[in-house]
Amino acid sequence: MTTPFLTLTNIGKTYPGVTALAGVSFEIAPGEVVGLIGENGAGKSTMMKILGGVATPDSGTIEIDGTQHTALTVPQSMAARIAFVHQELNLFDNLDVAANIYIGREPKTGGPLRLIDRQKLRIMVHPLLERLKVDFGPRTPVADLSIAQRQMVEIAKALSLDARLIIMDEPTSSLTVSETERLLGVIEELKSHGVAVIYITHRLNEVEACADRVVCLRDGRLAGVLQRDEIEHDAMIRLMIGRDLKALYTPPARPPSRGAEIRGLVSSPFPDRAVDLDIQRGEILGLAGLVGSGRTELARTIFGIDPPLGGTVTLDGDPVTVSHPREAIAQGIYLVPEDRKQSGLIIEFPIRVNVTLADVEHYAERGLIRRRGETETAERQKKRLNIRAPSVETKVVTLSGGNQQKVVLAKWLSMQPSLMIFDEPTRGIDVGAKAEIYTVLRELADAGVAVLMISSDMEEVIGVSDRIAVMHEGQISGILTDRATFTEENVLELAVNAPAHAAA
Amino acid sequence: MQKKDLGLFVLILIVGGITAILNPVFLSPVNLGNMANLVGLFGIFSIGIGVVIMTGGIDLSVGSMFALIGVIFIDLLANVGLPWPLCVLVAILCGVAFGTIHGILVTRFNVQPFVVTLCGLLIYRGIARYYMNDATIGFGYGGGFDTLEWLASGRSFGVPHTFIAFVIIALVMGVVVHRSVFGRYLFAVGKNEEAARYSGISSGIVIASAYIISGALAGLAAIFLAFYTYSVQPSAHGSFYELYGIAAAVLGGCSLRGGEGSIMGIVLGTVLLQVLQNLVNLLGIPTSLNFAVMGTVILLGVLTDQQLQSRRARRLAVRAHKAKQGGAADPVPS
Repeated sequence: MTTPFLTLTNIGKTYPGVTALAGVSFEIAPGEVVGLIGENGAGKSTMMKILGGVATPDSGTIEIDGTQHTALTVPQSMAARIAFVHQELNLFDNLDVAANIYIGREPKTGGPLRLIDRQKLRIMVHPLLERLKVDFGPRTPVADLSIAQRQMVEIAKALSLDARLIIMDEPTSSLTVSETERLLGVIEELKSHGVAVIYITHRLNEVEACADRVVCLRDGRLAGVLQRDEIEHDAMIRLMIGRDLKALYTPPARPPSRGAEIRGLVSSPFPDRAVDLDIQRGEILGLAGLVGSGRTELARTIFGIDPPLGGTVTLDGDPVTVSHPREAIAQGIYLVPEDRKQSGLIIEFPIRVNVTLADVEHYAERGLIRRRGETETAERQKKRLNIRAPSVETKVVTLSGGNQQKVVLAKWLSMQPSLMIFDEPTRGIDVGAKAEIYTVLRELADAGVAVLMISSDMEEVIGVSDRIAVMHEGQISGILTDRATFTEENVLELAVNAPAHAAA
Repeated sequence: MQKKDLGLFVLILIVGGITAILNPVFLSPVNLGNMANLVGLFGIFSIGIGVVIMTGGIDLSVGSMFALIGVIFIDLLANVGLPWPLCVLVAILCGVAFGTIHGILVTRFNVQPFVVTLCGLLIYRGIARYYMNDATIGFGYGGGFDTLEWLASGRSFGVPHTFIAFVIIALVMGVVVHRSVFGRYLFAVGKNEEAARYSGISSGIVIASAYIISGALAGLAAIFLAFYTYSVQPSAHGSFYELYGIAAAVLGGCSLRGGEGSIMGIVLGTVLLQVLQNLVNLLGIPTSLNFAVMGTVILLGVLTDQQLQSRRARRLAVRAHKAKQGGAADPVPS
């Protein structure tokens, strides 16, 4: 193995209320593929930000080619030829492939006119695309490309910068199996040219396929490093979780009873797939599946954001018709959305306004809002959910992710839920707040609410659910009802494999 | 009164005070009365525009509405001879109808508010000119609407009725915007329409209502304005007036991004604009500079506000940083 060009020593980083990284060290050598694994919130993204010069570590050193840095700036990171392929791709979809690859570095012509030399741009882009063996040209508009193709554009951009380290963050989360294989092939090619890759993923089989070394983070600490011959699935799982997945579980206090029944529901992104699903009162039904499997779309359809193309939903046997969230809310169907800052909250507004937003009429007499009632409710919820904020007039934007999510919960808990859908309820939330949210989920179920929890976090799905439904390409590919069968393997099996026949 | 409004109020006092010192006529009852009349005229529709801006939209059409509604109103009243309460009703309903069309186009057909109301501006002006064949229309000598004339352009205890109407409308709208469920929805939709929808708010209805309110207030203002000018020249009547409304709202703290602003701010913004106009007149500044003075003051006002806000944000960040460094936050004078 060649000598490392990048060495991180004792990197630490804290955000208010969260230790994102503590004492993390590792190094990277040319042509090495390092799998960076860990659960959500383990510190992988923070690591990336530090390498990209976007976040400043509180402690530790970064050594590049023998030069010590306490922190990198963005230009320094670029000068070190570190490139990123982000989870959310940073491309301009109104421009073509060539323009995206050389954005900000366009070859110029025409002297003082500073025109873009389109001819030269294409000539420069062509070999990059050739090398990646892609099936599109420099002039293809990015808007016409699939996610996998866009990723290739990002990689081409990295190559155009002569990157020697490419950091890929969950590159395959939205890719099909064959696209994933293509990407792994590209990584192999990069490696043979001496380009190092940090491959961040949840998909352990991909790490097994391509990594020379695996670095695992857990709760911001280095949980362990596996060398090539030690990389295997169970070893990685052990490092990632370091505890029993099922230890979180609290059993329900009451037997489940009839709740929401979904029959043949068709959501618009999957017009040829129908969903059948029962969510019983008193249970937490986990809904697992890969990103893009249609879980969020199902939630949006039930909640009335997107009108269903067909099918029925009943609650306690009564048909439920929903064409707007207003109607869902009136029937006790609430959604805690995936993107809390965009859809769940008005973050510039105080806690009080957010808590009562879905139910302001309840606090009004003849159309005028009684502020005292609002404040009382907000105070009560703040106490109940342990929302850490100076007062209910505090603007939500100043709160931590966990406390923001509790404000979303407070909005619905101040009303009467029958069916509550949680879409990734603990994404980006620290460990302590997570546990509090799980407690709320269980309390709701025990109070007779039907709880549907969409989650990509295996620990969460396995540790919290009473039953697990798994979605694959717009339909339910299977349901696990016996906790003994709750394993990551079983869930993944259902998530990646199309069912032989439509699940009943 | 919010901090921002207080700042604006102080600014009005300063500008007014300077003008009064330089020219004592400023404080004469006649001048104050005239100013109040203008504040009333401009304030009524500025509130409507402000409400639209709070949803993140814009209303460029009111100036042209004044021309079209003005000619229809005078024609019905003076030429057709309909009873005046009916004419008033028609004028306001015209405004409501235009506002409804704007609202439907914005919410149902997803046309950008700027485009919708820009087209309104062109269409209403065009129809007004065609309707009158570009001729000026006046109230004539027929009479029979003395009561209305008194209501629209008269004074009680020296206070112009336009101003009284404005105060009443401002009070009502203040309650609606700042105390009612509708007002809460207005701010929520303006700030984050998606989150509002996820909370069950019918954002389309809220936004359309704002345009309808703006249209209705424009219809009412059209009547006052017709009696103020006493004749309507279709090609020029009310032109650029929408910009006064937008200026007042922006001065008063309404963000064009939506979700921010107050009725008190719009009221004060309107007052400041009129005081500035008055200043130009009284201090012998060439009236051709009128718009330039207005533009400069708005620019300075918005700049100052922006600077104060970023400084406050910075101060908060510094304080948070210090708190994080351990130890209590330094007390920061503010």
